[in-house]
Amino acid sequence: MQASGDPFSLCGKTVLVTGASSGIGRQAAVSCAERGAVVIVTARREEALRQTLGALPGEGHQFICADLTRSDEREALVGRLPALDGIVHCAGVSTRMPCKLITEEHIRQVMDLNFTAQVLLQTALLKQKRLKSAASVVFLASRAMEYPSPGNAIYSASKGALAAYAKCLGLELAGRGIRVNCIRPGMVWTDLILGQGLDETELREAQLKYPLKRFGTPADVANLIVYLLSDASAWMTGSSIDLSGGGEGILV
Amino acid sequence: MTLEEFITAFADLLDETDPAEINAGTYFQELDEWSSLSNLSVIAFVKTEYGKSITVKEIRACETIEDLYNFVENAG
Repeated sequence: MQASGDPFSLCGKTVLVTGASSGIGRQAAVSCAERGAVVIVTARREEALRQTLGALPGEGHQFICADLTRSDEREALVGRLPALDGIVHCAGVSTRMPCKLITEEHIRQVMDLNFTAQVLLQTALLKQKRLKSAASVVFLASRAMEYPSPGNAIYSASKGALAAYAKCLGLELAGRGIRVNCIRPGMVWTDLILGQGLDETELREAQLKYPLKRFGTPADVANLIVYLLSDASAWMTGSSIDLSGGGEGILV
Repeated sequence: MTLEEFITAFADLLDETDPAEINAGTYFQELDEWSSLSNLSVIAFVKTEYGKSITVKEIRACETIEDLYNFVENAG
């Protein structure tokens, strides 16, 4: 599989990245392409997706617009995909809502994209046989699944649910050599953390509580994604990896 | 939403403060129970009721409940 003989290379691999219109998803697509993968990017917003596509070095990449919370769009997406060596599930939302104010709609909004859509996309990929043997599946969970911060209850729950699902998926697919791993980032500088009413000045102060004195960058996470997609991590499955600048137990 | 309705809704976001103490001129950030969670409650309330996104910084810039009401009503 490795034309270059370098186990850290993604040359010869085809990778699907969801949530690729911004943040960690966009950077994951760029980093995979830089390491030689052919990347298929998907998200809802076409204009932003085109920008991601334009940022990818190399040939053969494509974008497919899809709202992953809709079953018809999921099926259409999967129907257009080639056989995959890797999948990176980056689609996700975060809205802070104190427990006293949680509504059914809030739960639905967060769980639909952060959990249900990813699970059902994975189901469709398996049913339509789009995963090659020895493929690698990566989910983006969060430190939030174990460490509380105010207003984060449903987001934390969605990430905990996703990580639990991923472990079962990994077990079921291990017989085919398909690996499934989770990344649990601490705070990462993306629109996701800036879009919930939190003040950037305060976040800049908060990041100093992390032992490495900063929140993560999308590239910090994307580098681990590349590793998990590569043959260098061939013995890793069912893992849930903390990536948080040493900020164990700290979110904000 | 009228100012009166806003005040009633605001008082409802709080748990320890007597609603009778809450009026247009209340300096809400000086209330004993005011906390970072209160800011999140206001942000969530404004998002749900007005469909508008406001920030902690913008809430801090308001002094009285009437200031906050006027800010929210006119927010983009």
